[in-house]
Amino acid sequence: MNHPSILWEETVHPGASWSHVLKRGTALRITDIEGGANVGALFYNFECPVERYNMPDTLKAQHIARLAKGFVLYSDMGRILCSVVDDSVGWHDPLAGCSNAALVKSKYGEARYQESRNEYYKNGRDSFLVELGKWGLGPRDLTSNVNFFSRVDVTEHGAMSYHAGNSAPDSYVELRAEMNVLTILNTCQHPLDPNPEYAPKPVQLSIRRAAPVEADDLCRLSRPENARGFTLTERYFL
Amino acid sequence: MSTTQTVESKLIPAEAIYRHVIPAGEPWIHEIRRGQYFRIVDLHGNQAVDTLFYDAHNYGSRYSAQDTIRSQANLYLTTGTQLMSTAGAVLLTIVADTCGRHDTLGGACANESNMVRYAIEKRHMHACRSSFLKALVGWGRGMDKRDIANNINFFMNVPVTPEGKLTFEDGISQAGRYVEMRADMDVLALISNCPQLNNPCNAYNPTPVEVLIWDFWGAPEN
Repeated sequence: MNHPSILWEETVHPGASWSHVLKRGTALRITDIEGGANVGALFYNFECPVERYNMPDTLKAQHIARLAKGFVLYSDMGRILCSVVDDSVGWHDPLAGCSNAALVKSKYGEARYQESRNEYYKNGRDSFLVELGKWGLGPRDLTSNVNFFSRVDVTEHGAMSYHAGNSAPDSYVELRAEMNVLTILNTCQHPLDPNPEYAPKPVQLSIRRAAPVEADDLCRLSRPENARGFTLTERYFL
Repeated sequence: MSTTQTVESKLIPAEAIYRHVIPAGEPWIHEIRRGQYFRIVDLHGNQAVDTLFYDAHNYGSRYSAQDTIRSQANLYLTTGTQLMSTAGAVLLTIVADTCGRHDTLGGACANESNMVRYAIEKRHMHACRSSFLKALVGWGRGMDKRDIANNINFFMNVPVTPEGKLTFEDGISQAGRYVEMRADMDVLALISNCPQLNNPCNAYNPTPVEVLIWDFWGAPEN
């Protein structure tokens, strides 16, 4: 844990939110401490937040319906916000979105601050909106999110089902920032998690300096589209 | 190939209170009132119709692809699908569909995404998100690029495989096929009749589509 490139570390509590501007050239490692965590995530170009993570562009550029090591997260402007440079899970859900107040109430009942203090029940949508609000962003900026550590299986006919046990204890995913990326996270449960208990899990965050992106970078080479995506991202900084 | 069910509508085009042909590559923006029925007709077949909806009284609440697929636990849109907003409300419900399946994962084409997907030299080619922007700026009322959410692609076929791959297949639509929705609240509809020439989503030949609105079931307005 005392690797010299590590700048700082912190824990995100179960059901809590977090945000930070990940600087280009740094990397964020998220560790699922106990196993079974879910991390809902949104990404914006900090300098111009109207440029933001785009789920369809990410999927169609790479012909994927899952995220894993070697893939990248595209903005709606043809640039790469983050690259998935390391990953011990192999499948992160880009499809199913986040929970909202009505869903959490119907699944878990109610736990208000008045009785439960900081253990009150949080939901993904309101958590995103509060964290976005801290950066001057609002409902019009709420877009499709990623769910790290979670997997949703899809049948040939399109039926979606939660894949239990996708992430073991100490699983991790590492995102290298290719721009200055406003990163908005929360650890609310996955919206399709069938667990009848309100039981979000904590994650550990570790931020470090990343090595420069080389010509033979895994994420750059994983698709010809990504080579162009890196070129367009590099041009943004010229 | 998955099986798809088709459902026909009993509404008669001659009784529609509004009919408009959207030429290939053009946008269209229009309010649809609660209780009205809204049909999109693929006049010539295999034409992607990139579509967004907003709560007409609160544009911050708009169509959400993720909420829509999650609430029905299925990726594809067809008869019975409730089109959900980011606020968790039902914007419209699909009540008839003679195509059988529509996409909401493929998004809309843009100059920038074309540069990534095809070639950096493709930036000049006309794209849906430019049409969306043009229509939103023309509509005014403070709408801009922040309002371009992840859209529906009516008549487009983008299967996801169980292995987590996304594929773009030839359309399953044909000339005259349509999808029809009932507005469950007052909505603003925004369409880009897709100009994409780099993939088969428009059979490499974008064509016009028709939109129709009926005031309510079986009783045309005077």
